[in-house]
Amino acid sequence: MEVRDCDVKMGRLNIKNVSRIFTKKEDGSRTEALHDISFDVQDGEFICLLGPSGCGKTTLLRIIAGLETMTSGEITLSGVPITGPDPKRGMVFQQYSLFPWRTVIDNVTFGLEMQGIKKDEARRQVEKYLELVGLGQFKNSYPHELSGGMQQRAAIARAFANEPEILLMDEPFGALDAQTRNTLQDELLKIWEQKQVTFLFVTHSVDEAVFLSDRLIVMTSRPGRIKEIVKVELPRPRSRTSPEVNRLRDRVLKLLKEERFSR
Amino acid sequence: MKINFVKIIEEKGVEALSIIFAVAIWQLVADRIVQNKLLLPSFYDVLISFSVIVKNGLIYTDMLTSLLHFSIGIVAAFILGVPLGIVMGWFKTANRALDPIIEILRPIPPLAWIPFAIVWFGLTHQAAGFVVFAGMIFPIVINTYTGFKNVPRVYVEAAKVLGCTRNIDLIRFIAIPSALPSIAAGIRIAMGVGWMCLVAAEMFGVSTTGLGYQIWHNYYLHRMDFVLVYMLLLGFIGLLIDRFFRYYVDEKLLRWKSGTVM
Repeated sequence: MEVRDCDVKMGRLNIKNVSRIFTKKEDGSRTEALHDISFDVQDGEFICLLGPSGCGKTTLLRIIAGLETMTSGEITLSGVPITGPDPKRGMVFQQYSLFPWRTVIDNVTFGLEMQGIKKDEARRQVEKYLELVGLGQFKNSYPHELSGGMQQRAAIARAFANEPEILLMDEPFGALDAQTRNTLQDELLKIWEQKQVTFLFVTHSVDEAVFLSDRLIVMTSRPGRIKEIVKVELPRPRSRTSPEVNRLRDRVLKLLKEERFSR
Repeated sequence: MKINFVKIIEEKGVEALSIIFAVAIWQLVADRIVQNKLLLPSFYDVLISFSVIVKNGLIYTDMLTSLLHFSIGIVAAFILGVPLGIVMGWFKTANRALDPIIEILRPIPPLAWIPFAIVWFGLTHQAAGFVVFAGMIFPIVINTYTGFKNVPRVYVEAAKVLGCTRNIDLIRFIAIPSALPSIAAGIRIAMGVGWMCLVAAEMFGVSTTGLGYQIWHNYYLHRMDFVLVYMLLLGFIGLLIDRFFRYYVDEKLLRWKSGTVM
């Protein structure tokens, strides 16, 4: 069953020579945000994108989501080139993005409703995703009645309800306190192990990246290039404080520090 | 249903006392100091006049006429204003095309349309409705437009990645619900303006019934107590409409906002 699930989803992402140049309308000045980015993501892999702020990691994620265009290069998901937003590529934003006029469950059914599935049927289908993120009791609450952590949980459930091949996460836990953040990281890994979806996770927290990812991609400061791809070969479930973890964290922090000074 | 009088008095005591006090002063000033029914009818005079128009049934025809004028105006302004605001808020080109026209027409006081209202529609209910419409359309258009401009980008993007990509769907499922508080506020403002236009339109002879008409009519007859009755009626009905609308919007349409700071 699990194996078949993997076969069907095929969240293989290929990024080839992607560059993005922003041109200011007023004076025509150009800023290069991304420079010649290439890497591949295997099906079911958990990748973290790490880099100094302003390095273009969010831009890259938004290009993959189809919310932003690239100046040159090519991105394919399971062999299909990316042209615009698609429910196959789910996204969770850093800002709270739940629709405040819809209850939690109606937020989660939104994607299914867009596919033309009737509301009652959609509600039945998403029940399991709400349970998955532990929001079963709060399904009829409005977003403003939830804490920040719960809102992000609901946003994750909403993204999962569309059964995407890949989930793009743009610092989803960035606005949360440390405790909530740790809990949500644990829960996210649990879901990932169950669902075997490919994850591309942008963060500026080295701890988070080391704890979550199979590989972490360290980017340079602007224009964003790939500085190094670090394979995280720590057994799961991972400890947050073991000597191996600390060593790796140290190494990644050094990489990032170099970027600070090379500016 | 048992009404707890003690509780009501505790909760609304100050408000009630304030009104009673004001009425008492009014009665005293009118009755003892001014002593001129033309200059200032007393509270008692107004009560008597009120009972007269209730008895002869005039109050109902006038109220219904005024409400009819008001309804014509609000329905027309809503049907035209909301879509106009939506189109302008969502499509840049539409905004560029329509904005100059609206900006030129908007500063024209709605009452300036009265001559044309009469020429175009004659002395009909539609003419009065048109003046109300002229007062209501712009607040509705502008607030709808503002609401659409202020739809948070993250909602639109979240909808797009969830498979809602067509303009019509984004407008229907994201922009309209998100802009609803602003649209509702626009309608509320518009209703205030429209109510004033209504009285003015009826005063200027667009109609031969209605609350506004009666004010002018009774003024000609120097029956100032009746003028005051109709003034108070206008105030109370306006208040009721506003309260009812606010209740409906807050309880039904904007339940999701309750608890957040507005």
